[in-house]
Amino acid sequence: MTIRFNDETFRDDYTFHNSPAAIRRFPFPFDQDSYMYSVNMEPHQGGPEGSPFEKRFDVDEHYVSEMRDREITLADDPLRCQSLPHMELAGWDLLELIMVSKAEDYPELFSLNRDGDQWHWINRPLGIEQRFTFLDPTTLPCGPMEYITRQAQGDFAVLDQREGNLWMDAGMVTSQADWSLDFDIGMNFFEWHAPVPKAHEMGVFQRALKFLMNIRQGAPSRRLNWTMTVNPRLDTSPENYHKWGPEKRTVTPENVGRKQHLRVELQTFWRLPRSNALAFPIRCYLISLQDLATVPKWGRRLHRVLRDLPDELADYKGFAVNRPVIVDYLSQFDDGAATSPGIFPDD
Amino acid sequence: MTSLMLRVTEVAPLTPLVTRFRFEHPEGAALPLFSGGAHVVVEMPDEGTLRRNAYSLISDPLDGSGYGIAVRREDGGRGGSRYMHSHVAVGDMLRVTAPVNLFGLDLRARRHVLIAGGIGITPMLSQLRQLDRLQLPYELHYAARSRSEAAGLKLLPEAPQIHVHISEEGNRMDPGAILSGQPLGTHVYTCGPEGLIAAVEDAAGRLGWPGGALHSEAFLAPPPGKPFDVTLARSGVTITVGAHQSLLEALEAAGVKIPWSCRGGACGQCESAVLSCKGRIEHNDHWLSDDDRAAQAKIMPCVSRFQGEELILER
Repeated sequence: MTIRFNDETFRDDYTFHNSPAAIRRFPFPFDQDSYMYSVNMEPHQGGPEGSPFEKRFDVDEHYVSEMRDREITLADDPLRCQSLPHMELAGWDLLELIMVSKAEDYPELFSLNRDGDQWHWINRPLGIEQRFTFLDPTTLPCGPMEYITRQAQGDFAVLDQREGNLWMDAGMVTSQADWSLDFDIGMNFFEWHAPVPKAHEMGVFQRALKFLMNIRQGAPSRRLNWTMTVNPRLDTSPENYHKWGPEKRTVTPENVGRKQHLRVELQTFWRLPRSNALAFPIRCYLISLQDLATVPKWGRRLHRVLRDLPDELADYKGFAVNRPVIVDYLSQFDDGAATSPGIFPDD
Repeated sequence: MTSLMLRVTEVAPLTPLVTRFRFEHPEGAALPLFSGGAHVVVEMPDEGTLRRNAYSLISDPLDGSGYGIAVRREDGGRGGSRYMHSHVAVGDMLRVTAPVNLFGLDLRARRHVLIAGGIGITPMLSQLRQLDRLQLPYELHYAARSRSEAAGLKLLPEAPQIHVHISEEGNRMDPGAILSGQPLGTHVYTCGPEGLIAAVEDAAGRLGWPGGALHSEAFLAPPPGKPFDVTLARSGVTITVGAHQSLLEALEAAGVKIPWSCRGGACGQCESAVLSCKGRIEHNDHWLSDDDRAAQAKIMPCVSRFQGEELILER
């Protein structure tokens, strides 16, 4: 399998685009015509061929450009990557997990040769070759978590497990849906989820925490989450709200199909061996409404989901201001026909 | 539950009651690494009864060539440890789960104090190897009644930070003396009988230690007891839990699917809703809150039992 990597931007002129193949494999998050929170976990043990669920860490046509965008964000704001001192071992665990997975799943793109603790890593798309000593941080140009997450799409939270809770004690967060690692660092599971409406009353977080604390080595899980973003911007952070927040006001009935994007997070959860920490990669996928509607089932269903969503959720997800325009635009793709169960296209 | 069939490659008696076992992959493949304090669950096909016991890993967490455990024979127990002692020999194949850790080190600590009583030394053997590797400051205190019973003596390295307390020799361990004078930021880990854990918590409380710096793991073995009946609302059957059987084992023997992990009342996986309880649940777990226990509306089938007229579970 060869991937042609796009040359594109996620800011300024926004040249990001999805190829027809990328549209077909988009992780559409709604398996029915309505949405409410649930602990919608399933084992992360592969998925349909070519889908973003197939490999442990999906690499797609946006890889090289996403890593370039991360570099820009980090240069402006180094606090997007933080690791409290006790999390270094977890950083090595994460580095091992990603290197081993990528080298096995994409041998034409990545190679890893290990001779005891002497490791040799080759990342062909990014033109990186590194020899280093595993567990010796002086042999890498930066900490192990930062090193590997500069070469892996999506954000990464690394959670320490202690006192019957999970703690946001390390992370690389540059493509987030309006949350801040610098604000959340050191918080526990309930603290960093405090802003989410409704779910606390539903007991969602108690159940989710119990589930996550019991995730075992070799048995990762996954779920999808979603929001809406104006323009294909990865860095929708609170720190830079002044840059992207006003863009919400640029949506018109004429440009909504092009400007408004569905933003989907493929979240996976991994128990790490040496540290007993939990790795929480949050992989972001973007698709414009006009591209999404080329799959008839998705156009119909997204219209129904967004039309019927409770107001609090539209507020929380930050698109209440544009909901009427979005729903109106999507209505042209909804002929009222029944939709099939599940998230995948019909044909 | 992720698990592997592993070959027993060593059976080494350490004391009259404690035997060390080593497991390796039959094809020599590397086993999953783990963190200090982790345990595995070993499955024992004991004449038609599938026994599953949790044992702390005593080998080096970063050595995937094999797993070590040390098993104390509990003659009054349900039979798992007797099976390990009397039936398991070198060359046997046993199913072993992937490691799980409910007693991990808090790596924020500036200093680690490990306190073990008797067979409670087992999780600390992997913890101290992890501490050595990370070059973190620690001290370990190991208490046993007599030298002949002290399996830990054959498992612990000799080092100045490792202290052995043999009560028969008049060298009884004094938790207060160990904890007083420790620098701020020290964490203490206790594994052993409930009395030892309580004594350490008492001493820490008197010295004003923060609760978050105290960690403990009690012995995980489910206690035997009187037989009792339980009715399963969803399955529509009534089963009898034998004297030497846990409720979880009885459910499994009846073909009821139920999630589990530690089988020792600590992880919360097998928590089950109680629909009717005419009698008293003997809560032996470390998972439910005091309110939950008092309400008698939840039970942990891995370790808890029942006495009375009627117990109906939502299973």
